[in-house]
Amino acid sequence: MTRKQRRLTLIGSAGAVLAVALALILFALNDQIVFFQSPTDITEKAVPTGQRIRLGGLVEEGSVVRSDNAEVSFRVTDMANVVSVTYKGILPDLFREGQGVVTEGIIRPDGVFVADSVLAKHDENYIPKEVAEALKDQGHWQGEESAAN
Amino acid sequence: MIVELGHFTLVLAFVLTLVQSTVPLWGALSRDDRLMAVAPPVSVMTFLLVLVAFLVLTVAYISSDFSVLNVIENSHSAKPLIYKISGVWGNHEGSMLLWVLILVFFAALVGLFGGNLPTDLRAVTLAVQGWVSAGFILFLLATSNPFTRVTNPPLEGADLNPILQDIGLAIHPPLLYIGYVGFSITFSFAIAALILGRLDAAWARWVRPWTLLAWCFLTLGIAMGSYWAYYELGWGGWWFWDPVENASFMPWLAGTALLHSAIVMEKREALKVWTVLLAIFTFSLSLLGTFLVRSGVLTSVHAFATDPARGVFILGLLCFFIGGSLSLFAWRASMLKQGGLFAPISREGGLVLNNLFLTAACAAVFVGTLYPLVLDAVAGEKISVGAPFFNLTFGPLMVPLLIAVPFGPVLSWKRGDLLAATQRLYAALALALAMVLFTFWLWGMEKILAPLGVGLAVWVMAGAVAEIVTRVKFLSVGPKRGFDRLVGLPRSAWGTAVAHFGLGVTVLGIVTASAFQEERIETMRPGDTVNLSGYEVTFDGAAPRRGPNYTEEVGHFTIRTGGVVISELDPSKRVYTARQMPTTEAGIYTTGFSQLYLSMGESRGDGAVDVRIYFKPLITLIWIGCVVMAFGGALSMADRRLRIGAPKPAARRKAAVAAAAE
Repeated sequence: MTRKQRRLTLIGSAGAVLAVALALILFALNDQIVFFQSPTDITEKAVPTGQRIRLGGLVEEGSVVRSDNAEVSFRVTDMANVVSVTYKGILPDLFREGQGVVTEGIIRPDGVFVADSVLAKHDENYIPKEVAEALKDQGHWQGEESAAN
Repeated sequence: MIVELGHFTLVLAFVLTLVQSTVPLWGALSRDDRLMAVAPPVSVMTFLLVLVAFLVLTVAYISSDFSVLNVIENSHSAKPLIYKISGVWGNHEGSMLLWVLILVFFAALVGLFGGNLPTDLRAVTLAVQGWVSAGFILFLLATSNPFTRVTNPPLEGADLNPILQDIGLAIHPPLLYIGYVGFSITFSFAIAALILGRLDAAWARWVRPWTLLAWCFLTLGIAMGSYWAYYELGWGGWWFWDPVENASFMPWLAGTALLHSAIVMEKREALKVWTVLLAIFTFSLSLLGTFLVRSGVLTSVHAFATDPARGVFILGLLCFFIGGSLSLFAWRASMLKQGGLFAPISREGGLVLNNLFLTAACAAVFVGTLYPLVLDAVAGEKISVGAPFFNLTFGPLMVPLLIAVPFGPVLSWKRGDLLAATQRLYAALALALAMVLFTFWLWGMEKILAPLGVGLAVWVMAGAVAEIVTRVKFLSVGPKRGFDRLVGLPRSAWGTAVAHFGLGVTVLGIVTASAFQEERIETMRPGDTVNLSGYEVTFDGAAPRRGPNYTEEVGHFTIRTGGVVISELDPSKRVYTARQMPTTEAGIYTTGFSQLYLSMGESRGDGAVDVRIYFKPLITLIWIGCVVMAFGGALSMADRRLRIGAPKPAARRKAAVAAAAE
């Protein structure tokens, strides 16, 4: 092999690997990302059932109902609209009524949000950033800035 | 008074780093030996000063000095001593102080043990390290002073975030930081080489042990963090593709690539420009990680506090160091002469392939981590990029790399023979295929990918063993001479084989724990039994208990197989008194390499609790493999040729003798 051919082989294989990586990334970005929606988004824009989304807001006071088989249902609100959520599993330590929550899952045809993960964060005075902003959009944000720490 | 001493020594250290960043550099450019000789003692002195500052903060924590704001916010007098100490770095200011301490520690190491480096290389390397240190000490002093006092000290502190009150916090950050920040020294070496315009095989030989050192610690740090999240967060997951995890994983990927390209540079004087670029990238990714974690753009357990000024400051440092180093690279890289031709099929070719896939995988993680942040900033759209994205991009890129791993060490330099290499790996290949069939036989066709994954892991492990066997030529020289050859093998060869073996072990753990995990979520009342993977888990009841700074509800579970009691587990729900914050403590039963993992939800009042039970086959292999990898790295570092240092070319040795005689 000449020097030039060697160099071309090297550049060619590098190009091939990078092209594959790029293709994978673009494909995954198209397909595997999850959009954040507030209850108002879900009520106003018809989000297709079966599409994975993140739903965030506050857990409505008095809405948490536990049933057997570790199932729990609650309602998520942004003070303007409300979405019912069901979840099977153990709720995170900081899950509380009246507190911020982010859940991920799909909307069933009957409008109930089936979550397969519920995130509350690691700190007691934490409000998820997305939730804080969704609440601000609805004009219901009263916390000081420091509450978003 | 003692707290002010800490503040004062930190200011003093800042001034010294300014000296360290300028005087030796001036000396190297003007060829003044006396100016260059300033670097080593100054670097040691800076380290001692920062160490004093760090110890002062530690003393403030141990004595619960609540006149210091940092101690008030993160400590409590009832906290056990070990968490008072580890609490020093369990907050933003303290962890940045630890960051800086390790930064100047590495400079001091080069100052103390860099005696066999050329004087100008050492001086410029320390100067570059001085710039980085100066930047970060200034960051501490200007925006994150850990020594701030309050006028009216409260009687009690706010306590440390309970999740951080764990032995994990004592170990994970220091390990991770030694790894993370350790790459700064490689970066400084690379910049020094660009400034001096000189880059030879000896340079690679000096740089490799530092890279190895940082890499070993980073490997251990990431593994430790993963295990910590696994048992402390109670979710049963060991890797979440969380941006913060990715922040430490990206430097690891780039550092692993650097480790391999440095070999090519040392042995064959090829890939010079690429190696320097990788060294810059690796530390840039460490800086980026620091920015992501510390600036508050992400919300996570690691983001202790959000303060826009800090984010802007780190972003400034980031732009300065990354932008500056890449500009310097663009300007000076053409001076570095390329050497060492090689055919595509050769050991060099294998190492290039390794670098290609590792950097491509690193790029995929980079996009997945930063895309949501960029999209939010540009379009205001909120998205989350989670495990599915990374499994789809990172996973496929790792497969060809893992297939290639055993080939690398058995190919010869310059021009390799793929057929001959494959022949050496026949046994490994046969073993891997046998494992694939065995797994199929065991689990049936329901999981197609898992047996292939198991086969891949066995292939990597068996390939590592095959490498040693073929190097020793056991089969042709007989056991007696074979054993002698085994002992006489250079440690770097052992290091490669051990580290590759560890990689295979980790992959095996990942595949089995993800594919064959079993999980049950149940509401259990006292006396209820759940069957899972041949284990009978009985809930006996829950009772309250008091700890030093928390109260907890402890569940008692009995584990039986075939009616025989084999273990009892006590997972619990804790509430830490000072912050009124609940945490989950999982109950874990380890059997062989597998684990039964039990975590409890909130009590329902009538004695019933929600329980999540997992059986995770071979999961501990994930972390054991990482420890094996780090051990391989340490073996490689102990290799004689790295210990002794590079031989000096004759001409320069003469010049050095002449200089010494003056």
